[in-house]
Amino acid sequence: MPRKRDTASNDDVDIEIDIESSDSDDGATQRRTNRRQGAGRGGAKGRGRGKKPASEEEDEDDEDEAPRGRRGANKKKPTKKRGGGDDDDDDSEDEAPKRKRTGAAKKKRGGKAQDSDEEDSDVGKGKKGKKGVGKKGGKEEEDSKGKKGDAKGKDKGKDKGKDKGKDKGKDKDNDKDKKKKKKKDDSSSDSNSDSEEEESMSEGEMARLMEEVEEKKKLIATIRNKPWRMKRRLVHLKEAQEFVDKFEGALGKGKGRKWYAYKVMMKKKWIKFQRDFENFRTACIPWERKIKEVESHFGSSVASYFIFLRWMYGMNLVLFGFTFGLVVIPEVLMGLPYGSIARKTVPRADQDTAQDYSVLMDFNGYCKYSVLFYGYYNNQRTIGLLKFRLPLSYLMVGIGTFGYSLMVVIRTMAKNADVGGGDGDEGEFTFAWKMFTSWDYLIGNSETADNKYASITTSFKESIVDEQENQKDENIHLRRFLRVLANVMITCSLGGSGYLIYFVVKRSQEFANRDDLGWYEKNELEIIMSLLGLVCPPLFETIAELEDYHPRIALKWQLGRIFALFLGNLYTFLFALFDEVNTKLEEEESIKNATIWAMKEYYANYTRTFNDSDSTPPPMPPADIIRGPCWETGVGVEFVKLTVSDIQVSYLTILIGDFARAVIVRFLNYCWCWDLEAGFPSYGEFDISGNVLGLVFNQGMIWMGAFYAPGLVGINVLRLLSSMYYQCWAVMATNVPHERVFKASKSNNFYMGLLLLILFLSLLPVVYTIMTLPPSFDCGPFSGKQKMFDVIMETIDLDLPAFLGTLFSYAANPGLIIPAVLLMVLAIYYLNSVSEAYQNANMELKKKMQMARDEEKNRRNNTDSTNQVMKDLEDLLPNRSLMPAAPPPDPGKKPEQDPRQTKTKPGSAGRGVNLQRDVALASPNPNARGPVSQPPGPRGAGPMPGPGPGRGRGRGRGPPPR
Amino acid sequence: MDYTNDPVCTVPLALIVNMPELKENPFCGRIVESFSEDGMGNLSFNEFVDMFSVLSEMAPRELKAIYAFKIYDFNVDNYLCKEDLEKTLNRLTKEELTPEEVQLVCEKAIEEADLDGDSKLSYADFENMITRAPDFLSTFHIRI
Repeated sequence: MPRKRDTASNDDVDIEIDIESSDSDDGATQRRTNRRQGAGRGGAKGRGRGKKPASEEEDEDDEDEAPRGRRGANKKKPTKKRGGGDDDDDDSEDEAPKRKRTGAAKKKRGGKAQDSDEEDSDVGKGKKGKKGVGKKGGKEEEDSKGKKGDAKGKDKGKDKGKDKGKDKGKDKDNDKDKKKKKKKDDSSSDSNSDSEEEESMSEGEMARLMEEVEEKKKLIATIRNKPWRMKRRLVHLKEAQEFVDKFEGALGKGKGRKWYAYKVMMKKKWIKFQRDFENFRTACIPWERKIKEVESHFGSSVASYFIFLRWMYGMNLVLFGFTFGLVVIPEVLMGLPYGSIARKTVPRADQDTAQDYSVLMDFNGYCKYSVLFYGYYNNQRTIGLLKFRLPLSYLMVGIGTFGYSLMVVIRTMAKNADVGGGDGDEGEFTFAWKMFTSWDYLIGNSETADNKYASITTSFKESIVDEQENQKDENIHLRRFLRVLANVMITCSLGGSGYLIYFVVKRSQEFANRDDLGWYEKNELEIIMSLLGLVCPPLFETIAELEDYHPRIALKWQLGRIFALFLGNLYTFLFALFDEVNTKLEEEESIKNATIWAMKEYYANYTRTFNDSDSTPPPMPPADIIRGPCWETGVGVEFVKLTVSDIQVSYLTILIGDFARAVIVRFLNYCWCWDLEAGFPSYGEFDISGNVLGLVFNQGMIWMGAFYAPGLVGINVLRLLSSMYYQCWAVMATNVPHERVFKASKSNNFYMGLLLLILFLSLLPVVYTIMTLPPSFDCGPFSGKQKMFDVIMETIDLDLPAFLGTLFSYAANPGLIIPAVLLMVLAIYYLNSVSEAYQNANMELKKKMQMARDEEKNRRNNTDSTNQVMKDLEDLLPNRSLMPAAPPPDPGKKPEQDPRQTKTKPGSAGRGVNLQRDVALASPNPNARGPVSQPPGPRGAGPMPGPGPGRGRGRGRGPPPR
Repeated sequence: MDYTNDPVCTVPLALIVNMPELKENPFCGRIVESFSEDGMGNLSFNEFVDMFSVLSEMAPRELKAIYAFKIYDFNVDNYLCKEDLEKTLNRLTKEELTPEEVQLVCEKAIEEADLDGDSKLSYADFENMITRAPDFLSTFHIRI
């Protein structure tokens, strides 16, 4: 509450001024400042302030003119004071403002006569007490407390005085003079007595005062935590501050306020900084708003796909950075330019068509002999000035891609498992929390507000679906039977499609050797595969209806089944690819010999033609050199083609399947015989499982192909980026939310699991080719080597010191590797058992929490006590509703609480603190709070106010009906 | 307005509710009402300051909880009963849920948070529930 703090510090300053002026100037000035200050603040405060000089006067009066009746003095003083307050710097009296003020004050008092009287009296008393102590030591305090009644009387007197108006003015003039005199005496004596007083104060009094000051300080610190109306808070705050001001000095304690103010300011600044930083960080998360928007309309399940997509984009961006930073760009900058050697040149036979659009779209021609593919890289050990070891870097990036991906996927999975844990159940208060904390009070933008409404509605729907799932009582046997049946059917169809794929692949191998084939035979494999991909997922979905799972679980099953189906796809693709590679390897052997022969022949021809064996022949033009098939580039081209066609297909599917459908449904609906929107075609739902699997398999392609086509990573980054925008648009524009909007599990670990599986599957062929197949002899960074990993050996031998080489050879020793593997297995076993133990402990703790909650419930049912928070709450009720029910709530309440605030020393501050702690620890146990929070004295005195009946009814009913 | 004779003036509900900070809030009327002394939503300066002090970032959790309770207590009986919850829910969702769903949600919410079994939420129940809510502090405040 910064504003409050500000006023408080202002107060401090003012008060300091007050003291100074009282010392130096005459009393009238002091009073004036006080008055003005009071007027500046709220009415209540003003009154509190205004009273102070009066009570002060009273004390003086007591000292000076003992014989004079106290009542009389009271009556006169308020008028006097008022005059002092109203008159401007010159002493000439102005009547009008005075009347205004008094009138206002009166009106206010008229509103809540009793209440304000009480307050005033308390205030007066408190101030009086302070003043008294200030002047005459602690003993006076008791005395002044006793004067409470008088203060009240004085109030009445004031009222009367106000009515009078003009007479008062005259009175006032006299009084003022008197007062001035008095003040002068007083101020002089004050300064003297201040020093005396400290000496005269006894130890006990000091301690007591100190305690009281501490208490007041606590009150000041915690006043913003009190559920009081501002008026009441201001009164208490002022009172406490004056008290502290008065006595901190007396006790020889430093003010320390500046430091405190500084600390508060710094704290505020720090909070603001943190907030800004948080905002900045949130702003840095890409597409957060887009995803939130989708989430608010389609639920967290659809949003989980987009979050997965974003995560994938991030990971691919890193891979892209590695690949381009360490392989592609060095090659472009420092490697030999295009056309310099054979592997970087389009062969002469292809040159005519190398720039045709259709050829380029097939990634042949110039594309094939570009930096995008493996074959373009040279096997120079170092390139450029920097002696960049490109072949080594190429291999390392290829392996590092997998290493990094594995690490990231596994780490994300672990983190998700940490965060999410269980699916959906987030504890005891799902609905209550949703209801009371889901609206964000910060929202001030109507668009955001609309989104928020949508998202709250969606999240309620999600929870309702969960709840209905829990409540469903069902015929368990029938359900089980249906589920088993569904699984059998799906297994059958999976097996059938698997066999179909196998059969078709076999047939295609047979077809490969024949050339009398029709169009169908040529494309049989592709047709079958896409038919399967088209028919099976909806089939699975239909069968899954039988199972009647919760949609979230159903999604997982669906994902798993389609994944199994698509594995067949992958299998055929890889199978075809390895076939191709093997034929190319064979081909290569023969071409290798042919090239050598051709080279020799070329030189022989040259020598013979020009007939001078001395001069070296000019090198063969690179386009003419006979070259091998370069199977790595072939594989790379296959993957790139696959990826690009995948992009095309998925984008077209969205455009036709969703957008065109939506357009047709929307506009043909005006002239159609049935309701298109509600009836058959309707709008499409977002296909979560298909999209997720598409993404996962696409990533598998990238992982497999990245080694043979470094450019693939760049293509993939572009694809993910565009599909983020495209799909966000498509889903918002053309799709409708699912019939049962369901909540995705917090961790999308299932997606990650699929991804991990694909990663392993794609790791295998790549590692197999790297480790076993010989690289092409005339293309790529590893040409001329027996195996690709020979690059590492070469580096160890040539670039590293000798002892490292021996070290590596030791490390590669089976005698070392086997124990290392054993050790790892042991570690896995150990960690596994530890995690199981933790899980058990977790379960135990959960049970205990549940038990504790039940216990608390029971205990609460049997307690009947009113705690302070309840009373304060009652106090805050609007008067309108309180008035008829309990007419005298205020007189009952105020004396009961206020005296405690001001008088009972250990009680009040202690109570504030206790209360706070109780609430903070969230253990609102009325029994425990009872003895501490209720000082016996004052509570008994006042009549029990409002809270009695209502609360009693609720609490004291005994055991719950349940 | 006669400020000179009557410095205790109040700002009516209709004006305050149109503040940009409150305009979009489904509970804006309730917020203002629960801070006004007369319960009608007319705020004096002190009450206005009070409102933003409670809704500020610095206000402690228990204070916010008290006023949140008051805000959601539509019929001002110091209990959140089913009607209160229904109103809350309808305002939160712009009445997009079917009556059955509203019923279900309200019943579940009471069942979750009601500790003393009187099928309405007293402040103690509410406080117990809200002090454990992770988002309460971050959502129940207004920046001005």
